[in-house]
Amino acid sequence: MNEAILMSASGADIDFMIHGLYKLNIFGQDVWITTSHVCIVVVMLVLLVFAFAANRALAHAKEVPGTFQNLVELVVELLDGIVESNMGSHAKPFANYICTIFAFILFSNISGLFGLRPPTADYGTTFALGIITFVLIHVTKWKNQSFKTIWTDMCSPLPPWFPLWLPINLISEVAVPISLSLRLFANVLSGTVMMALVYGLLAKIAYVWPALLHAYFDIFSGAIQTYVFCMLTMTYIKQSFGDEE
Amino acid sequence: MSISGEDLILACSAIGAGLAVIAGIGPGIGQGIAAGYGASAVGRNPGAQGKIMSTMLLGQAVAETTGLYGLLVAMLLLFVKPLLG
Repeated sequence: MNEAILMSASGADIDFMIHGLYKLNIFGQDVWITTSHVCIVVVMLVLLVFAFAANRALAHAKEVPGTFQNLVELVVELLDGIVESNMGSHAKPFANYICTIFAFILFSNISGLFGLRPPTADYGTTFALGIITFVLIHVTKWKNQSFKTIWTDMCSPLPPWFPLWLPINLISEVAVPISLSLRLFANVLSGTVMMALVYGLLAKIAYVWPALLHAYFDIFSGAIQTYVFCMLTMTYIKQSFGDEE
Repeated sequence: MSISGEDLILACSAIGAGLAVIAGIGPGIGQGIAAGYGASAVGRNPGAQGKIMSTMLLGQAVAETTGLYGLLVAMLLLFVKPLLG
């Protein structure tokens, strides 16, 4: 299977698939540049422009903040507050990462409003995010806990000299990034499919009222899933610090 | 009219997709229970509404996952058609 999943089949006027735009050939392997890549680049450009504008605004920060400076401070304080209230004293090193994925996932989910296909409706994107979280969890774990604690934890319901439960705990470790990424992916994909069905099958009467569906699927659901992804990431990372506190 | 093997597989895939989204019942019940207890918690302690709200939403989102797995299976059956080989 050289093409991305969900790419091969598409209906006549119902269109929610990922399309291949340009085929690269890297080491004899077909690699497609798809619509997801393009949408990711658009989202990243928007975020970059916002970041540069915010940087400029804060470099010339005034005593009485203007509108834009106010907005930036509001957003950053809000996100920092969320991280702080969830991770307590561990918040500092992770605040930047959490805020970054929050902004990225939020903008990706909302990009469905602007006619893009949300990049998070591609399993490649969300799985990458899940893998990053997985690596963070385990780096934190091995840095902060001794091998003995981790081993005891892994054999958890049974005593550490009898690792019968080890495989099951290992599976539940591996399930973390998969369930994290599948949750985000399936939510955004279901919204995308639903909107495509409305516009494809009800094209004759699809005026004005799909705006309500957009408000639910793109804004409400997108924001909730963003929050949930960041929340779960923070919870897992906090857990991996062990029970020192 | 004769039914070819491919037609049969497609029809069975459609039935399977319909059965797979029955998985949505479980999360529906679960989310309803979570929302009900959330409402009663707010009734008892209106000051903690923000915290109750975020806990409830988090729990609901986690409960939703199983339903989404069913949805994914249905989507795969309908659009990727893995059984056609």
